[in-house]
Amino acid sequence: MSTTPAPTKPPETGETEEKVKLDVRQQVRRIVQGDLSSVRVILGLVVIAIIFQVQESRFLSAENLTNLMLQITTIGLISVGIVYVLLLGEIDLSVGAVSGLGGAVMVVLNVKHGWNPYLAIAAAVAVGAAIGCTQGFLFSRFVVPSFVVTLAGLLTWQGALLQVLGKTGSLNVTDSKITGLANIFYSNTTGWIIAIVCIVAYGLVLAIGYRRRVAAGLGDKNPFPQIARFVLVAAIVIAAVAILNSDRGVPLAVLILLGFVIGMEYVVQTTTFGRHVFAVGGNDEAARRAGIRVNGVRVAVFTISGSMAAVGGVMAASRLFAVNQNSGGNELLLLAIAGPVIAGTSLFGGRGSVWTALTGALVIGSISNGMDLLGLQSSVKFMITGGVLLAAVTFDALARRQRSQVQVT
Amino acid sequence: MSPDQPLLQLEGISKHFGPVHALDRVDFAVSAGEVVGLVGDNGAGKSTLVKTIAGINSPDGGKILFEGQEVSIHKPQDATNLGIATVYQDLALCDNLDVVANLFLGSEERLGGPGTLTRQLNEVDMENRAGELLSNLAVTIPSLRSEVGTLSGGQRQQVAVARSLLGEPKVVMLDEPTAALGVPQTKQVLGLIKRLRERGLGVVVISHNLADVFEVCDRIFVLRLGRSAGDFTATDVTEEHVVAAITGLGNNAGARAEVAEDNVEAADRGAEGDKA
Repeated sequence: MSTTPAPTKPPETGETEEKVKLDVRQQVRRIVQGDLSSVRVILGLVVIAIIFQVQESRFLSAENLTNLMLQITTIGLISVGIVYVLLLGEIDLSVGAVSGLGGAVMVVLNVKHGWNPYLAIAAAVAVGAAIGCTQGFLFSRFVVPSFVVTLAGLLTWQGALLQVLGKTGSLNVTDSKITGLANIFYSNTTGWIIAIVCIVAYGLVLAIGYRRRVAAGLGDKNPFPQIARFVLVAAIVIAAVAILNSDRGVPLAVLILLGFVIGMEYVVQTTTFGRHVFAVGGNDEAARRAGIRVNGVRVAVFTISGSMAAVGGVMAASRLFAVNQNSGGNELLLLAIAGPVIAGTSLFGGRGSVWTALTGALVIGSISNGMDLLGLQSSVKFMITGGVLLAAVTFDALARRQRSQVQVT
Repeated sequence: MSPDQPLLQLEGISKHFGPVHALDRVDFAVSAGEVVGLVGDNGAGKSTLVKTIAGINSPDGGKILFEGQEVSIHKPQDATNLGIATVYQDLALCDNLDVVANLFLGSEERLGGPGTLTRQLNEVDMENRAGELLSNLAVTIPSLRSEVGTLSGGQRQQVAVARSLLGEPKVVMLDEPTAALGVPQTKQVLGLIKRLRERGLGVVVISHNLADVFEVCDRIFVLRLGRSAGDFTATDVTEEHVVAAITGLGNNAGARAEVAEDNVEAADRGAEGDKA
């Protein structure tokens, strides 16, 4: 997550560029990783925070911020999978229903059949993976648009949810292993240890990468951009832990979300598979000709999406201590897709980052949380969230058009 | 393989799409260090020929010899394995990826370590190799990390050609490499083609632009309505000759015979209501 504000970068104009000017530009680009969208999101969050804080002083309290973090875990986890699907330029409309089904499978196995909680969770994720895999296969093998396959999935898995829940309609979960996922808070000391581990690990990653590049004679020797990034991330981690510690402590749920975001970002940014996801999303024909198994990538991505939806469903069940016929319903699906798009992952494929799952969920979560604090009605909440989504998608479309204009010249 | 044997040789290659004879007993050859221009009118079968060599279409008849050995090319991978690289007109680049990522797409280098999913891309090595390759070919781009979508048409063409060279091919086929390029960009790309020849590659250039063809090609091979309609040494022939062969309005006996036959065939095709 790059968080430094950056000046708007004009498009590259080609060979005539002066070398020096280019170097400066590249440095700036490296600091922000080229994505102005993250700057946009940070600014958005600041504006949201100011608006709500002015009207309701509890908004930025440690307690409310901790609540906010807990509220966004389900959406954030589902969005992690959605980011992959969006990178392909596809859509998965079944994630809401799959998350509900995943949660229900876990609870039913645990409560009704007495399964070990970890086994029940694994089974839920496996169900999500199998669903995603099936949908991915139908989409890629029979060239049915993903929109249609997953829309059919949405209905199917909602039906499956009702089936799994049976006549009871609602099931409470009491197993502490399961409820602990969303309700464990670590002590202050543990929180700081986690913070230190994160910061040191990040520092090492940056240092190793920097040394390799310099040793290979690539990039600039000026370590300042790296140091700036390190300081910034360290500051964010310290601030976050300080805030969480002053309330109930660092929640396990937030660590789980962060773990998935970082892990999946690592996969998409630094591995061959991730590169291929971007390639298929950018130009599937080019990817196919380059020898990439395009359909394999597609099935894998939808499997990830289904799995992450189930993980989100498990988290939702844990947080609410129950599953019911509404699990995974309502606006969950739309918000899980809207989040990454608001935060800058393109709906048109090939551009984005898993961090947008987190930052997008933060934007949506804080708007929703703030409106709840102000006691606004659902009607207003829906309309405002819809407006934010529309603005984000419009921005995405405009940015896309700008890029294609750059290319023509 | 004897020194004067062509690198790639096609003998009597035919390809039908339903009733359409896209290629009819075509003979074609390219040698190492030679640039062959493949010219012909729209629908003459140029693209079909290239796709056949590239393994996208399988021929219905005839044989393909590579370095004197008969080979079968049924899928693109077969062609790649033999050492035949193709740069299509649409370039097949991912605009959202940078130059390095595009160059190594599908053949990424990775760091050591366990697991396919967790092994990191070796960005440093790839960037080094990419820099080396592009400077050897005298390709100029703003930065190796520029998104390909931000490059000019000529730069994109050069990146696509450079990419085809990563697999160390022996034959490179370029489909309309100068179409839609401005004068200076065309010059860059033609320069690049000459450097490919200097490297000892066999180069096949499909083009509509005879000026470009005459500038870089050693030999000019003309297709007309799916048939060989001329095979000229570039220095021995004028543009008028080649145009005559392309249009079939030739002033030599051979070409006239072809025309007569073609007219019959064209009538047949008209009756079947198709368009190659």
